[in-house]
Amino acid sequence: MLRATLKSLLARKVRLLLSGLAVVLGVMFVSGAFVLTDTLGRSFDAVFADAYEGIDVNVAGKPKVALGEMQGEQVAATVPAATVQRVREVAGVAEATGVVNTDGAQLIGGNGKVVTSFGPPQLGANWRGESDLVKLREGREPRADDEIVVNAALAQAGKVKVGDRVGVLTPLTPKQTFTLVGIFGYSGDRDSIGGVNEIAFTTPVAQRLLLGERDVFTNVTVRAAPGVGDATLRDDVARTLGDGFEVKTGAQLSADASASLKEGLSFFNKILLGFAAVALLVGTFLILNTFSIIVAQRTRELALMRAIGASGRQIIGSVVLEAVAIGLIASVLGLGAGIGIGALLAYVFGNLAGGLTLAGIGVPASAVIGSFAVGLLITVVAALLPALRAARIPPIAAMQDVANPDRPLTRVTVTGGVITGIGAVLLFLGLSGNAGDNALPVILGGVLFAFIGVALLTPLISRPVVSLLGAVFAWSVPGKLGRLNSGRNPRRTAITAAALMVGIALVTGVTVILDSAKGSIGALAQDTIKAELVISGASTGPRPASFDPAVLTKVAALPGVQMADGEYGDMGMVDGKVTWLAASSDVTALQRIFGAKTTAGDISRLGPDQMLFSSDSARSRNISVGSTVTVQASRGEPRTYTVSGIYESSELTSPVQLPPQAVKDFAIPKPNQGFIQLAPGTRVADVQPQVEALLADSPEVSVADRDAFIEQQTGSLDSLLTMIQILLALAIVIAVLGIVNTLALSVLERTRELGLLRAIGLRRAQTMRMITVEAVVISVFGALLGIVVGVGLGAAVVRALKDDGITDLILPWGQMGLFLLLAAVIGVVAAVLPAVRAARINVLGAIAHD
Amino acid sequence: MTATVGRHAQAAARANDVWKVYGTGEAQVAALRGVSAEFERGRFTAIMGPSGSGKSTLMHCLAGLDSVSRGTVQIGDTTVTGLGDSGLTKLRRDKVGFIFQQFNLLPTLTAQENILLPMSIAGRKPDPAWYDTVIDTVGLRDRLGHRPSQLSGGQQQRVACARALVARPEVIFADEPTGNLDSRSGAEVLNFLRNSVREHGQTIVMVTHDPTAAAYADRVVFLADGQIVSELIEPTADTVLDTMKKLDTPVEVAG
Repeated sequence: MLRATLKSLLARKVRLLLSGLAVVLGVMFVSGAFVLTDTLGRSFDAVFADAYEGIDVNVAGKPKVALGEMQGEQVAATVPAATVQRVREVAGVAEATGVVNTDGAQLIGGNGKVVTSFGPPQLGANWRGESDLVKLREGREPRADDEIVVNAALAQAGKVKVGDRVGVLTPLTPKQTFTLVGIFGYSGDRDSIGGVNEIAFTTPVAQRLLLGERDVFTNVTVRAAPGVGDATLRDDVARTLGDGFEVKTGAQLSADASASLKEGLSFFNKILLGFAAVALLVGTFLILNTFSIIVAQRTRELALMRAIGASGRQIIGSVVLEAVAIGLIASVLGLGAGIGIGALLAYVFGNLAGGLTLAGIGVPASAVIGSFAVGLLITVVAALLPALRAARIPPIAAMQDVANPDRPLTRVTVTGGVITGIGAVLLFLGLSGNAGDNALPVILGGVLFAFIGVALLTPLISRPVVSLLGAVFAWSVPGKLGRLNSGRNPRRTAITAAALMVGIALVTGVTVILDSAKGSIGALAQDTIKAELVISGASTGPRPASFDPAVLTKVAALPGVQMADGEYGDMGMVDGKVTWLAASSDVTALQRIFGAKTTAGDISRLGPDQMLFSSDSARSRNISVGSTVTVQASRGEPRTYTVSGIYESSELTSPVQLPPQAVKDFAIPKPNQGFIQLAPGTRVADVQPQVEALLADSPEVSVADRDAFIEQQTGSLDSLLTMIQILLALAIVIAVLGIVNTLALSVLERTRELGLLRAIGLRRAQTMRMITVEAVVISVFGALLGIVVGVGLGAAVVRALKDDGITDLILPWGQMGLFLLLAAVIGVVAAVLPAVRAARINVLGAIAHD
Repeated sequence: MTATVGRHAQAAARANDVWKVYGTGEAQVAALRGVSAEFERGRFTAIMGPSGSGKSTLMHCLAGLDSVSRGTVQIGDTTVTGLGDSGLTKLRRDKVGFIFQQFNLLPTLTAQENILLPMSIAGRKPDPAWYDTVIDTVGLRDRLGHRPSQLSGGQQQRVACARALVARPEVIFADEPTGNLDSRSGAEVLNFLRNSVREHGQTIVMVTHDPTAAAYADRVVFLADGQIVSELIEPTADTVLDTMKKLDTPVEVAG
């Protein structure tokens, strides 16, 4: 029995490989995701271990605002110089060094543009002399206030050399000019550690520029005396300093840093796994269909097995065994391909990150286990239904041509209806916010159920729709035959079309959501922002782009400018709760530029001890005009404010508004965006070049008119959409394989019939046209279903987000038309091989064929 | 009429008042109307009749491939009627062999693998001496490694015969075994079937519409309109042909 199964498997290897390919692609995503994150994770481990090697114990201030990984960059409190002295006096400390080290120091390169890093930190530091890790390669250390040294990778990227005058931006200060006096590298002849760039100043300059205070440090690094354990010394230092400091060993520091980075990587991992899930869902349809067709074709053979004594269980076993074999082969291939893809992506990522030295490509156990579990499970689950059907073949089918009766669709339709219903309920629960924390899994479950349910309903829908679609081609005999063929086996047509539906529905759904979001935000901004010119920039690192506040004063003085407002922001705490803090340089901007309406109190003015709340956050915190609240920004001491007004919440307003005086304690005390209102009758084109000139020393930002600004702001949604579409295209490719597979098997099944048609005079070209029409009808049907389901899903999400500002439902008509056209092309392409095969059928052989 | 010959020998297969009705209401068609017959052990019986006489249906019911509407069927001491799927599976493994008109060999397996398939499905080892005897009798020793597509029709049917014989079933049902063969290959296969009955005591029930083929049998049972209408012992092609001709003129038959 085992041998019979394996032999029949070998005899059909090509068509099974075709369906196995879908599993290969899905598994490839799974293993690729794990290999990539594992390789990058270990590479970063090495980077951090290296960077913290010379540190036995580290002392840092506790951050004033504790933030989670996704909330933004945390700013640690500074450590006074006196503390360094106290640490130095602790028994067992051989050496204690005060370190200034913050992210966000940017070099303006030889071409006047900011040198960007795309991810890794851009550190600003105090020069602490050469060490085991750091070695000067050229020039000398910085001695004067206007002297800096940079690492070799940064010097190369910025095309600067020793002796050049170079500009530097820091989070706290606008552009300053320095003389580059030296270039340093790291141990092992490295130009950078993990793509990190570093600018080192003299200690007082570093303190002033990077921390904004005198005689303070970001942290203190400690070398232990010989024989003193790191952990013991850590505890001793912590005891001496008391509360308010975070004291860690170098090993802890390295572990923490790499753990927080891996959290980011795991997010990446989840996205890749999500796409793997889509690919595998489509693959499941494909395998289900292939096995169904194969079982139907082997009816006589399976009946013979039953007639000569095989039990139903043995038949199920033989079909499942085939599935296991395909699953295993596909998993092995997918694992291999995934390792390749993972390695390739890691290489690309390493290069993008500025030359991250990759640890060897590793294949973690999770990749192997995940690949085989997913590959085997999917194939076996998909083969189960056909296997059960195979077991029900009566042995008598071996002796006579048992006509495959058109089984009624009632059961499958009722099941489909019930499952679609469950999906709809889950979607409703998830989207209406009734599911609480489980909203995402509930929504995903709802989408999955909806897909399966619709797939089950498809056979019923397919009859009228396919016959309608086919009517387009019914003017010629081959077209008519093709149309009839596609309606012949509604289940098979349905599953093939459903595979295409999944991909198209997801792309359409995502497009509907993002287009609606873009349209709604754009329309809102268009209606409410009363500024003709906007200064803004794309952030090049973890910190948003910012510019010199002095520019605003100069802009306001330009002729024709009525108002120039700078917008500031910071993640801070309001009464102990993490909140986005906003401040405008001109307090009237809230009303005059953003169109805010008063709910209570007075929002047109703001004293230094007063603040405003949005109506939503006032309600949720139970705050009214006259309440007092405590605000802690990223830096500085907590301050108490009196609430002097409440404004109506809108998409363009922040939860709270602080007076301009508060921005000095923000992590970045510089404006991120500037809004310029022109006097009536002033031409935008007259003012824009003058503002551009004023921004010469703020290379991170540029000025644009309002339409261009809105386009910039929503442009990020466009690139997100493109990325999702590229990844989902894979699901569509798999569905195309499905159509090829179904057609190839149908052609094989109808060899005799095709031979007959040829014998009575159907030409080769007509045969090919007949097959092509069948393919086009199936794929256009799939795309149509996908568009309908996708619009449904998208519209449901958009409706659920109505309160979050997505008010307009925008249907991407053009794109939907494109999908239909694409589906027709897909059908033609998918039909090529099966059609050629059908046309080549030997007429005599086909008719004589048993 | 009830076929009653050979009551002295124990029957290998027996039908008692078997009815087979398809469809319901207006569309009701009775393929078998109260057929009772016994097929003795160690004999070669042919079932004949014109198209639509119910001969194939009778065989399917006897073999447990189709259920009966009324009456009982027995194979050896097993009552087939009412057996569940696992009971029927066991019956097919232990007591029944099949030979089909279309040979029905698995194209992917060699001749030898095809012959041994029922044994391997049941998880049994063939009796080596018997296996050798079967292979020599069908004369396929030099063809064992070939695939069905590399064999002639006659050779394929002999492989199918060997497959049915190798498990030594209680009874072998052959459904038009020569229907797809030229007369020479057909004669080879029929000779081989008769020899396996004469020399090895095998029981064979064969459905055919070919008088020449039926003449190889020890006994011929004639069916018409779902009823047994006649029978011949030690038939020749001529006597069979005569009986068939008589059947063409409708005869009122006493049940």
